[in-house]
Amino acid sequence: MSDTRIETQGSAFGKILLNESRLAWRIPIGIGIGLGLPLILLIVFGSIPAMRQASSDLDGFSYFALSFPTLIVMTVMTLSIMALPRNLIKYRETGILRRLSVTPVPPSWLLAAQIVINLAIVVVGFVLLTAAGVAAFGLELPKNFPAFLLSVILTVTALFAVGLFMAAVIRNDAVAQGIGGLLFFALMFFGGIWLPRPMMPVVLLNISNWTPLGASVVAIQTAMQGTFPSLQSILVLIAYTLVFGYLTVRYFKWE
Amino acid sequence: MIKNTSTIAITVSHLKKTYGNVNAVEDVSFEVNEGEIFGMLGPNGAGKTTTVECITGLRHPDGGAISLLGFDPQADREALHLVVGVQLQFSTFSDKLKVSEILDMYQSFYPNPVNSVELAQALGFSEKLGSYYKTLSGGQKQRMSVALALIGRPKIAVLDEMTTGLDPQARLDTWELIEKTRERGTTIILVTHYMEEAERLCDRVALIDQGRIIALDTPYGLAEKVTGGKQVLFLPSKPFDEGLLTALPEVKTIEHQGKRIKVEGSGQLVNAVILTLAKNGIEALDIQSEGATLEDAFVRLTGRHIHEEPRD
Repeated sequence: MSDTRIETQGSAFGKILLNESRLAWRIPIGIGIGLGLPLILLIVFGSIPAMRQASSDLDGFSYFALSFPTLIVMTVMTLSIMALPRNLIKYRETGILRRLSVTPVPPSWLLAAQIVINLAIVVVGFVLLTAAGVAAFGLELPKNFPAFLLSVILTVTALFAVGLFMAAVIRNDAVAQGIGGLLFFALMFFGGIWLPRPMMPVVLLNISNWTPLGASVVAIQTAMQGTFPSLQSILVLIAYTLVFGYLTVRYFKWE
Repeated sequence: MIKNTSTIAITVSHLKKTYGNVNAVEDVSFEVNEGEIFGMLGPNGAGKTTTVECITGLRHPDGGAISLLGFDPQADREALHLVVGVQLQFSTFSDKLKVSEILDMYQSFYPNPVNSVELAQALGFSEKLGSYYKTLSGGQKQRMSVALALIGRPKIAVLDEMTTGLDPQARLDTWELIEKTRERGTTIILVTHYMEEAERLCDRVALIDQGRIIALDTPYGLAEKVTGGKQVLFLPSKPFDEGLLTALPEVKTIEHQGKRIKVEGSGQLVNAVILTLAKNGIEALDIQSEGATLEDAFVRLTGRHIHEEPRD
Protein backbone atom coordinates (compact mmCIF):
# COMPACT_ATOMS: atom_id res chain seq x y z
CA MET A 1 0.00 0.00 0.00
CA SER A 2 1.36 3.41 -0.83
CA ASP A 3 1.96 5.80 2.00
CA THR A 4 0.45 8.83 0.35
CA ARG A 5 -2.40 9.56 -1.96
CA ILE A 6 -3.38 12.70 -3.70
CA GLU A 7 -7.08 13.13 -4.11
CA THR A 8 -9.27 15.95 -5.22
CA GLN A 9 -12.21 17.23 -3.25
CA GLY A 10 -14.46 15.83 -5.95
CA SER A 11 -13.58 12.36 -4.79
CA ALA A 12 -14.39 13.40 -1.22
CA PHE A 13 -18.01 13.97 -2.23
CA GLY A 14 -17.90 10.65 -4.06
CA LYS A 15 -16.74 8.89 -0.90
CA ILE A 16 -19.46 10.53 1.18
CA LEU A 17 -22.03 9.51 -1.40
CA LEU A 18 -20.66 5.96 -1.46
CA ASN A 19 -20.91 5.61 2.32
CA GLU A 20 -24.41 7.10 2.36
CA SER A 21 -25.48 4.59 -0.30
CA ARG A 22 -24.06 1.76 1.82
CA LEU A 23 -26.08 3.04 4.77
CA ALA A 24 -29.27 3.29 2.67
CA TRP A 25 -28.73 -0.35 1.73
CA ARG A 26 -27.78 -1.56 5.22
CA ILE A 27 -30.54 0.31 7.11
CA PRO A 28 -33.28 -0.20 4.54
CA ILE A 29 -36.07 1.99 5.95
CA GLY A 30 -36.23 4.07 2.79
CA ILE A 31 -35.71 1.17 0.41
CA GLY A 32 -37.96 -1.26 2.32
CA ILE A 33 -40.94 0.98 3.03
CA GLY A 34 -40.42 3.47 0.23
CA LEU A 35 -39.84 0.96 -2.56
CA GLY A 36 -41.10 -2.34 -1.20
CA LEU A 37 -44.43 -1.39 0.34
CA PRO A 38 -45.92 0.55 -2.61
CA LEU A 39 -44.75 -2.19 -4.96
CA ILE A 40 -46.41 -4.90 -2.85
CA LEU A 41 -49.62 -2.84 -2.64
CA LEU A 42 -49.54 -2.33 -6.42
CA ILE A 43 -49.24 -6.09 -6.93
CA VAL A 44 -52.02 -6.80 -4.40
CA PHE A 45 -54.42 -4.21 -5.85
CA GLY A 46 -53.55 -5.25 -9.40
CA SER A 47 -54.08 -8.96 -8.69
CA ILE A 48 -57.62 -8.59 -7.32
CA PRO A 49 -59.92 -8.52 -10.36
CA ALA A 50 -62.65 -6.55 -8.53
CA MET A 51 -60.22 -3.75 -7.88
CA ARG A 52 -59.49 -3.40 -11.55
CA GLN A 53 -63.20 -3.02 -12.44
CA ALA A 54 -64.31 0.48 -13.30
CA SER A 55 -66.92 1.61 -10.82
CA SER A 56 -69.55 4.32 -11.02
CA ASP A 57 -68.92 5.10 -7.32
CA LEU A 58 -65.39 6.09 -8.31
CA ASP A 59 -66.33 8.41 -11.17
CA GLY A 60 -65.92 5.56 -13.61
CA PHE A 61 -62.37 4.59 -12.54
CA SER A 62 -61.18 1.34 -11.05
CA TYR A 63 -59.84 1.36 -7.50
CA PHE A 64 -56.53 0.18 -8.97
CA ALA A 65 -56.26 3.12 -11.35
CA LEU A 66 -57.10 5.56 -8.56
CA SER A 67 -54.56 4.03 -6.19
CA PHE A 68 -51.65 4.33 -8.62
CA PRO A 69 -50.91 8.06 -8.01
CA THR A 70 -51.29 7.43 -4.27
CA LEU A 71 -48.66 4.69 -4.42
CA ILE A 72 -46.21 6.94 -6.24
CA VAL A 73 -46.81 9.61 -3.64
CA MET A 74 -46.27 7.01 -0.91
CA THR A 75 -42.77 6.35 -2.20
CA VAL A 76 -41.98 10.06 -2.27
CA MET A 77 -43.46 10.49 1.24
CA THR A 78 -41.44 7.69 2.80
CA LEU A 79 -38.13 9.00 1.55
CA SER A 80 -38.85 12.70 2.02
CA ILE A 81 -40.48 12.85 5.44
CA MET A 82 -39.29 9.62 7.04
CA ALA A 83 -35.86 8.61 5.72
CA LEU A 84 -34.32 12.00 4.88
CA PRO A 85 -35.13 14.01 8.02
CA ARG A 86 -34.48 11.11 10.38
CA ASN A 87 -31.02 10.53 8.92
CA LEU A 88 -30.10 14.21 9.06
CA ILE A 89 -31.42 14.62 12.60
CA LYS A 90 -29.44 11.54 13.70
CA TYR A 91 -26.31 12.99 12.11
CA ARG A 92 -26.76 16.20 14.03
CA GLU A 93 -27.79 14.49 17.26
CA THR A 94 -24.82 12.14 17.34
CA GLY A 95 -22.28 14.80 16.39
CA ILE A 96 -21.51 13.47 12.90
CA LEU A 97 -22.22 16.89 11.34
CA ARG A 98 -20.19 18.57 14.05
CA ARG A 99 -17.23 16.26 13.47
CA LEU A 100 -17.46 16.96 9.74
CA SER A 101 -17.38 20.69 10.37
CA VAL A 102 -13.80 20.40 11.69
CA THR A 103 -12.60 18.83 8.42
CA PRO A 104 -11.90 20.68 5.15
CA VAL A 105 -15.22 19.31 3.88
CA PRO A 106 -18.31 21.35 4.76
CA PRO A 107 -21.13 19.43 6.53
CA SER A 108 -23.50 20.63 3.81
CA TRP A 109 -21.96 17.93 1.60
CA LEU A 110 -23.48 15.26 3.82
CA LEU A 111 -26.86 16.94 3.50
CA ALA A 112 -26.41 17.10 -0.27
CA ALA A 113 -25.45 13.42 -0.37
CA GLN A 114 -28.57 12.52 1.64
CA ILE A 115 -30.78 14.45 -0.79
CA VAL A 116 -29.12 12.77 -3.78
CA ILE A 117 -29.49 9.25 -2.34
CA ASN A 118 -33.12 9.68 -1.35
CA LEU A 119 -33.98 11.28 -4.68
CA ALA A 120 -32.32 8.37 -6.44
CA ILE A 121 -34.45 5.89 -4.50
CA VAL A 122 -37.56 7.93 -5.41
CA VAL A 123 -36.63 7.77 -9.09
CA VAL A 124 -36.10 4.01 -8.92
CA GLY A 125 -39.44 3.59 -7.12
CA PHE A 126 -41.23 5.78 -9.65
CA VAL A 127 -39.80 3.86 -12.60
CA LEU A 128 -40.52 0.46 -10.99
CA LEU A 129 -44.11 1.35 -10.08
CA THR A 130 -44.88 2.81 -13.48
CA ALA A 131 -43.23 -0.06 -15.34
CA ALA A 132 -44.92 -2.73 -13.21
CA GLY A 133 -48.32 -1.01 -13.42
CA VAL A 134 -48.18 -0.67 -17.19
CA ALA A 135 -46.48 -3.97 -18.04
CA ALA A 136 -48.14 -6.34 -15.56
CA PHE A 137 -51.54 -4.86 -14.79
CA GLY A 138 -52.58 -3.06 -17.94
CA LEU A 139 -52.37 0.40 -16.47
CA GLU A 140 -52.73 2.93 -19.23
CA LEU A 141 -49.63 5.05 -19.83
CA PRO A 142 -50.20 8.64 -18.71
CA LYS A 143 -51.89 10.41 -21.60
CA ASN A 144 -50.16 13.73 -20.94
CA PHE A 145 -46.68 12.51 -20.09
CA PRO A 146 -44.99 15.92 -19.63
CA ALA A 147 -47.76 17.01 -17.26
CA PHE A 148 -47.47 13.68 -15.45
CA LEU A 149 -43.71 14.17 -15.00
CA LEU A 150 -44.17 17.77 -13.92
CA SER A 151 -46.73 16.71 -11.30
CA VAL A 152 -44.39 14.05 -9.93
CA ILE A 153 -41.44 16.46 -9.86
CA LEU A 154 -43.48 19.11 -8.01
CA THR A 155 -44.63 16.44 -5.56
CA VAL A 156 -41.01 15.57 -4.93
CA THR A 157 -39.91 19.19 -4.43
CA ALA A 158 -42.88 19.95 -2.11
CA LEU A 159 -42.39 16.88 0.07
CA PHE A 160 -38.59 17.13 0.18
CA ALA A 161 -39.00 20.74 1.30
CA VAL A 162 -41.32 19.58 4.10
CA GLY A 163 -38.84 16.82 5.05
CA LEU A 164 -35.89 19.22 5.12
CA PHE A 165 -37.91 21.63 7.24
CA MET A 166 -38.50 18.78 9.70
CA ALA A 167 -34.75 18.15 9.74
CA ALA A 168 -34.22 21.86 10.38
CA VAL A 169 -36.45 22.22 13.42
CA ILE A 170 -36.69 18.80 15.07
CA ARG A 171 -33.92 18.11 17.52
CA ASN A 172 -34.03 14.38 18.13
CA ASP A 173 -34.70 11.21 16.25
CA ALA A 174 -37.47 9.88 18.49
CA VAL A 175 -39.55 13.04 17.95
CA ALA A 176 -38.83 12.95 14.22
CA GLN A 177 -39.97 9.35 14.07
CA GLY A 178 -43.23 10.22 15.87
CA ILE A 179 -44.00 13.32 13.83
CA GLY A 180 -42.94 11.63 10.60
CA GLY A 181 -45.26 8.68 11.28
CA LEU A 182 -48.18 10.92 12.18
CA LEU A 183 -47.64 13.12 9.14
CA PHE A 184 -47.30 10.06 6.94
CA PHE A 185 -50.70 8.64 7.91
CA ALA A 186 -52.50 12.01 8.02
CA LEU A 187 -51.20 13.03 4.61
CA MET A 188 -51.74 9.60 3.12
CA PHE A 189 -55.34 9.79 4.33
CA PHE A 190 -55.88 13.07 2.47
CA GLY A 191 -54.06 11.55 -0.49
CA GLY A 192 -56.80 8.90 -0.60
CA ILE A 193 -55.01 5.72 0.42
CA TRP A 194 -57.94 4.42 2.48
CA LEU A 195 -60.79 6.49 1.16
CA PRO A 196 -60.40 7.25 -2.57
CA ARG A 197 -60.93 10.92 -3.23
CA PRO A 198 -64.13 10.50 -5.27
CA MET A 199 -65.72 8.96 -2.15
CA MET A 200 -64.66 11.76 0.20
CA PRO A 201 -67.32 14.11 1.62
CA VAL A 202 -67.01 17.65 0.22
CA VAL A 203 -65.44 19.02 3.42
CA LEU A 204 -62.69 16.40 3.39
CA LEU A 205 -62.17 16.87 -0.31
CA ASN A 206 -61.70 20.61 0.19
CA ILE A 207 -59.14 20.04 2.92
CA SER A 208 -57.46 17.41 0.78
CA ASN A 209 -57.06 19.88 -2.11
CA TRP A 210 -54.89 22.10 0.09
CA THR A 211 -52.65 19.33 1.41
CA PRO A 212 -49.53 18.47 -0.56
CA LEU A 213 -50.73 14.92 -1.09
CA GLY A 214 -54.24 15.84 -2.15
CA ALA A 215 -52.87 18.37 -4.62
CA SER A 216 -50.30 15.91 -5.84
CA VAL A 217 -52.78 13.06 -6.37
CA VAL A 218 -55.15 15.39 -8.24
CA ALA A 219 -52.34 16.64 -10.45
CA ILE A 220 -50.99 13.18 -11.24
CA GLN A 221 -54.48 11.77 -11.79
CA THR A 222 -55.56 14.47 -14.23
CA ALA A 223 -52.26 14.26 -16.11
CA MET A 224 -52.76 10.52 -16.49
CA GLN A 225 -56.15 11.17 -18.06
CA GLY A 226 -54.56 13.60 -20.48
CA THR A 227 -55.74 16.88 -19.01
CA PHE A 228 -53.30 19.47 -17.76
CA PRO A 229 -53.48 19.56 -13.93
CA SER A 230 -55.63 22.24 -12.38
CA LEU A 231 -53.85 25.47 -11.56
CA GLN A 232 -54.79 25.09 -7.91
CA SER A 233 -53.01 21.75 -7.49
CA ILE A 234 -49.87 23.03 -9.23
CA LEU A 235 -49.84 26.25 -7.19
CA VAL A 236 -50.38 24.36 -3.93
CA LEU A 237 -47.33 22.18 -4.65
CA ILE A 238 -45.21 25.16 -5.66
CA ALA A 239 -46.28 27.01 -2.52
CA TYR A 240 -45.27 24.09 -0.28
CA THR A 241 -41.90 23.92 -2.04
CA LEU A 242 -41.19 27.63 -1.66
CA VAL A 243 -42.51 28.14 1.87
CA PHE A 244 -40.85 25.09 3.41
CA GLY A 245 -37.72 25.60 1.33
CA TYR A 246 -37.43 29.14 2.69
CA LEU A 247 -38.13 28.06 6.28
CA THR A 248 -35.49 25.32 5.98
CA VAL A 249 -32.82 27.75 4.83
CA ARG A 250 -33.84 30.15 7.58
CA TYR A 251 -33.89 27.72 10.49
CA PHE A 252 -31.47 24.92 9.63
CA LYS A 253 -28.77 24.43 12.28
CA TRP A 254 -25.68 22.28 11.86
CA GLU A 255 -25.43 21.56 15.57
CA MET B 1 12.27 19.25 25.20
CA ILE B 2 10.95 22.18 23.19
CA LYS B 3 12.55 21.76 19.81
CA ASN B 4 11.99 24.97 18.00
CA THR B 5 11.18 27.90 20.18
CA SER B 6 11.57 30.49 17.48
CA THR B 7 8.36 29.82 15.56
CA ILE B 8 4.97 30.27 17.12
CA ALA B 9 2.23 28.00 15.77
CA ILE B 10 -0.74 29.12 17.83
CA THR B 11 -1.56 32.45 19.41
CA VAL B 12 -4.59 32.98 21.61
CA SER B 13 -4.99 36.41 23.13
CA HIS B 14 -7.65 37.56 25.57
CA LEU B 15 -10.14 34.93 24.47
CA LYS B 16 -13.60 35.41 25.95
CA LYS B 17 -16.74 33.32 25.51
CA THR B 18 -20.04 33.75 27.30
CA TYR B 19 -23.11 31.51 27.32
CA GLY B 20 -26.07 33.58 28.49
CA ASN B 21 -24.66 35.17 31.61
CA VAL B 22 -22.14 32.42 32.31
CA ASN B 23 -18.56 33.28 31.44
CA ALA B 24 -17.23 29.99 30.12
CA VAL B 25 -13.94 31.60 29.20
CA GLU B 26 -13.07 34.85 30.99
CA ASP B 27 -9.69 35.83 29.63
CA VAL B 28 -7.35 33.23 28.19
CA SER B 29 -4.06 34.03 26.46
CA PHE B 30 -1.22 31.73 25.49
CA GLU B 31 1.18 30.91 22.71
CA VAL B 32 2.19 27.48 21.50
CA ASN B 33 5.52 26.89 19.76
CA GLU B 34 5.83 24.83 16.64
CA GLY B 35 6.47 21.19 17.51
CA GLU B 36 5.42 21.67 21.11
CA ILE B 37 2.97 19.54 23.07
CA PHE B 38 0.92 22.04 25.00
CA GLY B 39 -1.32 20.72 27.76
CA MET B 40 -4.55 22.19 29.09
CA LEU B 41 -5.41 20.88 32.50
CA GLY B 42 -8.32 21.78 34.70
CA PRO B 43 -11.54 20.59 36.31
CA ASN B 44 -14.70 20.13 34.30
CA GLY B 45 -16.43 23.38 33.50
CA ALA B 46 -13.11 25.23 33.70
CA GLY B 47 -13.42 26.36 30.08
CA LYS B 48 -10.98 23.93 28.42
CA THR B 49 -13.41 22.49 25.91
CA THR B 50 -14.87 25.91 25.10
CA THR B 51 -11.34 27.17 24.42
CA VAL B 52 -10.72 24.19 22.14
CA GLU B 53 -14.01 24.81 20.35
CA CYS B 54 -13.05 28.43 19.70
CA ILE B 55 -9.58 27.42 18.48
CA THR B 56 -11.04 24.89 16.04
CA GLY B 57 -13.68 27.28 14.70
CA LEU B 58 -16.66 25.44 16.19
CA ARG B 59 -17.62 28.45 18.29
CA HIS B 60 -17.48 32.14 17.68
CA PRO B 61 -15.54 33.88 20.47
CA ASP B 62 -17.13 36.91 22.15
CA GLY B 63 -13.77 38.61 22.42
CA GLY B 64 -10.07 38.24 21.76
CA ALA B 65 -8.09 36.93 18.83
CA ILE B 66 -6.94 33.47 17.73
CA SER B 67 -4.38 32.58 15.09
CA LEU B 68 -3.25 29.12 14.01
CA LEU B 69 -0.36 29.24 11.54
CA GLY B 70 -1.70 32.64 10.54
CA PHE B 71 -5.27 31.43 9.98
CA ASP B 72 -8.29 32.85 11.75
CA PRO B 73 -10.54 29.91 12.76
CA GLN B 74 -13.72 31.78 11.79
CA ALA B 75 -12.60 33.50 8.60
CA ASP B 76 -10.40 30.73 7.15
CA ARG B 77 -12.26 27.60 8.19
CA GLU B 78 -11.52 25.38 5.22
CA ALA B 79 -7.86 26.36 4.93
CA LEU B 80 -7.53 25.87 8.67
CA HIS B 81 -9.01 22.38 8.69
CA LEU B 82 -6.62 21.21 5.98
CA VAL B 83 -3.75 21.66 8.44
CA VAL B 84 -5.47 21.22 11.81
CA GLY B 85 -6.69 17.78 12.90
CA VAL B 86 -9.26 17.67 15.68
CA GLN B 87 -10.45 15.03 18.10
CA LEU B 88 -13.65 16.07 19.80
CA GLN B 89 -15.19 14.68 22.95
CA PHE B 90 -18.31 12.60 22.34
CA SER B 91 -18.06 12.33 18.58
CA THR B 92 -19.55 9.24 16.96
CA PHE B 93 -19.84 7.84 13.48
CA SER B 94 -22.48 5.83 11.65
CA ASP B 95 -22.98 2.45 13.37
CA LYS B 96 -23.51 0.62 10.11
CA LEU B 97 -20.35 1.75 8.38
CA LYS B 98 -17.21 -0.33 8.60
CA VAL B 99 -14.16 1.18 10.28
CA SER B 100 -12.17 1.04 7.03
CA GLU B 101 -15.02 2.77 5.15
CA ILE B 102 -15.02 5.66 7.61
CA LEU B 103 -11.21 5.97 7.55
CA ASP B 104 -11.26 5.83 3.77
CA MET B 105 -13.82 8.63 3.57
CA TYR B 106 -11.87 10.84 5.98
CA GLN B 107 -8.67 10.18 4.03
CA SER B 108 -10.32 11.56 0.91
CA PHE B 109 -10.81 14.93 2.65
CA TYR B 110 -7.06 15.60 2.75
CA PRO B 111 -4.45 16.05 0.00
CA ASN B 112 -1.76 13.90 1.63
CA PRO B 113 -3.29 11.52 4.19
CA VAL B 114 -1.38 8.93 6.21
CA ASN B 115 -1.85 5.22 5.56
CA SER B 116 -4.94 4.27 7.53
CA VAL B 117 -3.84 0.67 8.09
CA GLU B 118 -0.57 1.76 9.67
CA LEU B 119 -2.40 4.32 11.76
CA ALA B 120 -4.85 1.69 12.98
CA GLN B 121 -1.94 -0.62 13.78
CA ALA B 122 -0.14 2.06 15.78
CA LEU B 123 -3.31 2.69 17.77
CA GLY B 124 -4.06 -1.02 18.14
CA PHE B 125 -7.41 -1.40 16.39
CA SER B 126 -6.34 -2.74 13.00
CA GLU B 127 -8.13 -6.06 13.67
CA LYS B 128 -11.36 -4.05 13.62
CA LEU B 129 -10.90 -2.45 10.19
CA GLY B 130 -13.43 -4.77 8.56
CA SER B 131 -16.02 -4.50 11.36
CA TYR B 132 -19.00 -2.21 11.73
CA TYR B 133 -18.35 0.87 13.86
CA LYS B 134 -21.03 -0.20 16.33
CA THR B 135 -19.09 -3.36 17.24
CA LEU B 136 -16.17 -1.30 18.56
CA SER B 137 -15.61 -1.05 22.31
CA GLY B 138 -15.57 2.39 23.92
CA GLY B 139 -11.79 2.36 23.95
CA GLN B 140 -11.57 1.35 20.30
CA LYS B 141 -13.97 4.13 19.33
CA GLN B 142 -11.82 6.55 21.26
CA ARG B 143 -8.67 5.39 19.46
CA MET B 144 -10.40 5.66 16.10
CA SER B 145 -11.34 9.22 16.97
CA VAL B 146 -7.66 9.97 17.65
CA ALA B 147 -6.76 8.29 14.33
CA LEU B 148 -9.18 10.54 12.43
CA ALA B 149 -7.59 13.62 14.00
CA LEU B 150 -4.19 12.53 12.66
CA ILE B 151 -5.23 11.02 9.32
CA GLY B 152 -4.74 14.23 7.32
CA ARG B 153 -1.11 14.59 8.43
CA PRO B 154 -1.97 17.81 10.28
CA LYS B 155 0.53 20.52 11.20
CA ILE B 156 -1.49 21.03 14.38
CA ALA B 157 -3.49 18.40 16.26
CA VAL B 158 -6.04 19.39 18.88
CA LEU B 159 -6.94 16.46 21.11
CA ASP B 160 -9.71 16.79 23.70
CA GLU B 161 -9.39 14.05 26.33
CA MET B 162 -7.89 11.56 23.93
CA THR B 163 -7.25 8.76 26.44
CA THR B 164 -10.49 8.95 28.44
CA GLY B 165 -11.89 5.45 28.75
CA LEU B 166 -8.74 3.68 27.57
CA ASP B 167 -7.14 0.80 29.43
CA PRO B 168 -3.52 1.32 30.58
CA GLN B 169 -1.96 -0.49 27.62
CA ALA B 170 -4.05 1.43 25.09
CA ARG B 171 -3.13 4.63 26.87
CA LEU B 172 0.59 3.82 26.58
CA ASP B 173 0.20 3.01 22.87
CA THR B 174 -1.61 6.30 22.31
CA TRP B 175 1.08 8.24 24.18
CA GLU B 176 3.74 6.64 22.01
CA LEU B 177 1.88 7.60 18.84
CA ILE B 178 1.53 11.17 20.05
CA GLU B 179 5.26 11.34 20.80
CA LYS B 180 6.05 9.99 17.32
CA THR B 181 3.62 12.46 15.76
CA ARG B 182 5.36 15.30 17.52
CA GLU B 183 8.75 14.04 16.37
CA ARG B 184 7.48 14.55 12.82
CA GLY B 185 6.98 18.21 13.70
CA THR B 186 3.28 18.30 14.55
CA THR B 187 2.25 20.85 17.15
CA ILE B 188 -0.20 19.38 19.65
CA ILE B 189 -2.75 20.83 22.03
CA LEU B 190 -3.72 18.22 24.57
CA VAL B 191 -6.70 18.67 26.87
CA THR B 192 -6.51 16.16 29.66
CA HIS B 193 -7.70 15.07 33.05
CA TYR B 194 -4.77 12.80 33.63
CA MET B 195 -1.77 14.16 35.50
CA GLU B 196 0.51 11.30 34.39
CA GLU B 197 -0.42 12.08 30.80
CA ALA B 198 0.42 15.76 31.16
CA GLU B 199 3.66 14.96 33.01
CA ARG B 200 4.79 12.45 30.42
CA LEU B 201 3.78 14.22 27.21
CA CYS B 202 3.52 17.96 27.69
CA ASP B 203 6.34 20.42 27.24
CA ARG B 204 4.24 23.04 28.97
CA VAL B 205 0.95 22.91 30.80
CA ALA B 206 -1.67 25.58 31.35
CA LEU B 207 -3.74 25.08 34.49
CA ILE B 208 -7.20 26.41 33.78
CA ASP B 209 -9.82 27.17 36.37
CA GLN B 210 -13.02 29.20 36.10
CA GLY B 211 -12.28 30.46 32.62
CA ARG B 212 -8.76 31.67 33.30
CA ILE B 213 -5.21 30.35 33.10
CA ILE B 214 -4.03 30.29 36.70
CA ALA B 215 -0.56 28.91 35.99
CA LEU B 216 1.54 28.08 32.93
CA ASP B 217 4.89 26.33 32.99
CA THR B 218 6.61 23.03 32.31
CA PRO B 219 5.00 20.22 34.34
CA TYR B 220 8.12 20.07 36.49
CA GLY B 221 8.42 23.83 36.86
CA LEU B 222 4.76 24.11 37.75
CA ALA B 223 5.03 21.48 40.44
CA GLU B 224 8.17 22.98 41.84
CA LYS B 225 7.08 26.59 41.71
CA VAL B 226 3.76 26.00 43.33
CA THR B 227 4.64 23.53 46.05
CA GLY B 228 8.15 24.59 46.87
CA GLY B 229 9.64 21.64 45.12
CA LYS B 230 11.15 18.53 46.64
CA GLN B 231 11.97 16.98 49.90
CA VAL B 232 14.41 14.34 51.02
CA LEU B 233 14.24 12.38 54.24
CA PHE B 234 17.26 10.42 55.53
CA LEU B 235 18.96 8.94 58.55
CA PRO B 236 22.51 10.37 59.02
CA SER B 237 25.23 7.86 59.98
CA LYS B 238 26.38 10.33 62.66
CA PRO B 239 25.47 13.80 63.91
CA PHE B 240 26.67 16.68 61.74
CA ASP B 241 26.65 20.43 61.43
CA GLU B 242 23.44 21.58 59.78
CA GLY B 243 25.30 24.56 58.38
CA LEU B 244 26.82 22.19 55.82
CA LEU B 245 23.42 21.82 54.23
CA THR B 246 21.86 25.23 54.79
CA ALA B 247 24.82 26.69 52.89
CA LEU B 248 23.66 24.86 49.75
CA PRO B 249 21.62 26.93 47.29
CA GLU B 250 19.27 23.97 46.71
CA VAL B 251 18.22 23.75 50.36
CA LYS B 252 15.42 25.81 51.85
CA THR B 253 14.61 24.27 55.22
CA ILE B 254 15.91 21.56 57.50
CA GLU B 255 13.74 19.81 60.05
CA HIS B 256 14.42 17.02 62.57
CA GLN B 257 11.94 14.18 62.68
CA GLY B 258 13.21 12.03 65.54
CA LYS B 259 16.56 10.67 64.37
CA ARG B 260 15.76 11.48 60.80
CA ILE B 261 16.29 14.71 58.99
CA LYS B 262 13.93 16.20 56.45
CA VAL B 263 15.32 18.67 53.94
CA GLU B 264 13.11 20.72 51.66
CA GLY B 265 14.36 22.51 48.62
CA SER B 266 14.53 22.54 44.87
CA GLY B 267 16.69 21.65 41.87
CA GLN B 268 19.08 18.70 42.21
CA LEU B 269 18.31 18.56 45.92
CA VAL B 270 19.01 14.87 46.58
CA ASN B 271 22.36 14.86 44.78
CA ALA B 272 23.51 18.04 46.48
CA VAL B 273 22.63 16.75 49.95
CA ILE B 274 24.20 13.32 49.54
CA LEU B 275 27.38 14.61 47.92
CA THR B 276 27.93 17.27 50.58
CA LEU B 277 27.41 14.78 53.38
CA ALA B 278 29.70 12.22 51.72
CA LYS B 279 32.47 14.81 51.34
CA ASN B 280 32.27 15.29 55.07
CA GLY B 281 32.38 11.59 55.80
CA ILE B 282 28.72 11.25 56.65
CA GLU B 283 26.54 8.58 55.13
CA ALA B 284 22.88 9.24 54.40
CA LEU B 285 20.95 6.07 55.11
CA ASP B 286 17.42 5.00 54.24
CA ILE B 287 16.90 7.87 51.79
CA GLN B 288 13.35 8.73 50.86
CA SER B 289 12.88 11.39 48.26
CA GLU B 290 9.69 12.93 47.03
CA GLY B 291 9.18 15.28 44.16
CA ALA B 292 6.17 17.49 44.04
CA THR B 293 3.70 16.42 41.37
CA LEU B 294 1.40 18.25 39.05
CA GLU B 295 -1.45 16.91 41.15
CA ASP B 296 0.04 18.70 44.21
CA ALA B 297 0.28 21.88 42.19
CA PHE B 298 -3.29 21.54 41.07
CA VAL B 299 -4.59 21.00 44.59
CA ARG B 300 -2.54 23.89 45.91
CA LEU B 301 -3.80 26.26 43.21
CA THR B 302 -7.45 25.34 43.03
CA GLY B 303 -8.08 23.97 46.49
CA ARG B 304 -9.42 20.66 45.16
CA HIS B 305 -8.46 17.47 43.39
CA ILE B 306 -8.92 17.36 39.65
CA HIS B 307 -11.34 14.44 39.69
CA GLU B 308 -13.58 15.93 42.39
CA GLU B 309 -15.76 17.84 39.97
CA PRO B 310 -18.95 16.40 38.55
CA ARG B 311 -18.76 15.99 34.76
CA ASP B 312 -20.04 18.90 32.75
